[in-house]
Amino acid sequence: MKTSSFFLLMATLAFLPVANAADITGVITFKGTPPAEKEITPIMDDANCNVGYTKAPLTHFYAVGAKGELADVVVSLKGITGKSTGASAAPVVLDQKGCLYVPTILAVQTGQKIVVKNSDSCVHNVHNKPTVDGNKESNDVQMPGGADLTYTFAKPEPFLKFQCDVHPWMFAWVTVFDSPYFAISDKDGKFTIKNVPPGKYTVEAVHRKLGTLTQEVEVKDAGASASFTFEAK
Amino acid sequence: MSKTAPNKSNPWLFRFAILTAFVTFLLIGLGGLVTSHGAGMSVPDWPNTYGYNMFTFPISKWVGGIFYEHTHRLLASAVGLLTTVLAVWLWLADTRKWMHWLGLAALLGVIAQGILGGLRVTMRMDSLGVFHATIAQLFFILICAMTLFTSRFWIELAGGKRAFFVSRSLRTLVLATTFLIFAQLIIAATMRHQHAGLAIADFPLAYGKIWPATNPTAVASYNARRVSVTEEAPVTAFQIKLQMAHRVVALAIFILVAACAWQAWRRLGGKDSLAKLAIFWLALMFAQIALGAWTIWSNKAADVATLHVMVGALSLVTGALWCIIGFGRSAASLPDAQTSGVFGVQTSMLANK
Repeated sequence: MKTSSFFLLMATLAFLPVANAADITGVITFKGTPPAEKEITPIMDDANCNVGYTKAPLTHFYAVGAKGELADVVVSLKGITGKSTGASAAPVVLDQKGCLYVPTILAVQTGQKIVVKNSDSCVHNVHNKPTVDGNKESNDVQMPGGADLTYTFAKPEPFLKFQCDVHPWMFAWVTVFDSPYFAISDKDGKFTIKNVPPGKYTVEAVHRKLGTLTQEVEVKDAGASASFTFEAK
Repeated sequence: MSKTAPNKSNPWLFRFAILTAFVTFLLIGLGGLVTSHGAGMSVPDWPNTYGYNMFTFPISKWVGGIFYEHTHRLLASAVGLLTTVLAVWLWLADTRKWMHWLGLAALLGVIAQGILGGLRVTMRMDSLGVFHATIAQLFFILICAMTLFTSRFWIELAGGKRAFFVSRSLRTLVLATTFLIFAQLIIAATMRHQHAGLAIADFPLAYGKIWPATNPTAVASYNARRVSVTEEAPVTAFQIKLQMAHRVVALAIFILVAACAWQAWRRLGGKDSLAKLAIFWLALMFAQIALGAWTIWSNKAADVATLHVMVGALSLVTGALWCIIGFGRSAASLPDAQTSGVFGVQTSMLANK
């Protein structure tokens, strides 16, 4: 009797529908005219930095494509905490190249390593400036050809600033999440938040200059989509 | 030299004090350049520089922001040395005991200022920069006052030769204006050390209005439109209000200094040294307001902003010296001043010249 009950239970479970984790995808667009970017002229005045440049590079606060595609928007699931897998996640690389940070907008999980490289032939100081208690500020020298520097942050924090004070036009902004559910929009404005468990969520899109937009979604087997349009202010 | 012996002006001591004051003024300018270039943290260690002894750091490595921060440290060391020599010289050669203590105060001040500057780097605290900048102004006043006290002008003044009563109301007006300038410099240091760039990018209007909106929507809109090469932190409503306060206080200072100059001219006559100093003060105000406007119109160009800092320091020290001379001269004009001595200078000192 007991054996038959066990098989009956197994058969029932086998035929129950099982919900799988799925992706949230979307596109970010920008409506309006962004402010004009500025030439980073000091880079051309610095003999250590102007190598490889024929003209001054531009700031890139608004990475807007021809059809309004908006890159560098940090998209995440609002209110998800305590789910970080940062300790086992692959490190994220932040390079210093041509006296600029590459990329300038990035995101990591709490405990996930950020590896800072110096691909330049000049010295940089890597100065991060967290504002949330529990995240430690540091200011380290990185000589040309010097060893990579590694940083981790314990607490979630939006747009934690990395800067080089030797070259005061160099900045990068790292958003730290307490979960793996985030993405950054690419040059086509597209993003994908991977492996989201089924359920209802608030998707939050944050642009450093344009602020925050949110949208409610329900993730099912086929995933979900959420698109956002930022408008010029 | 006996400490009770009559004092006489020592031209070389006076010249050395002028040198110390001048190098201190340059140091304030170089400190201004460090902040204007956002280079305060470009040398992460202290008292060493990138692991080197500060004085052996190779010139080839003085690049980018390091140049400003490192030369600031070297010039600060020079001011420390000059102040030490000045303090020792005063202790040995000046008969006025209070001058010994002023020298010692200057020495302790420059040491404290150096340590504060170092802690601002090692503790990575922007707020310490405000204190560092403020103490720099006070130290500059102290060195300039010591320079004045070592001058022949002061010896003669204290001896009654230049004694001339300056009305209490005029002295009070100048003193109050000087305090207001000091308050203004604290506001300015607070603005600069928040590293938020220009909180308001237009002048004479502010975001197109006489008084800008500071609600969250308006501030978000201002930040969205800000594009800056040096990528400052977003501005806050507090920073906007602080810059508006800076503008309002600037206007008040200008009116007060104009009133001081007018009153000094009217009451003391155009040939009087204090009247001339007050006119110079007013000229500084014109320059300072022009530089303030230019700082905004140039999107806070580092050299322009630094000139604004330097003229601000000169304005403060001019007011302070006017007060010292005005109060000293009035005290020397009192009937019993010649026998009791003013600021420790006896009339008999003049007999030595």
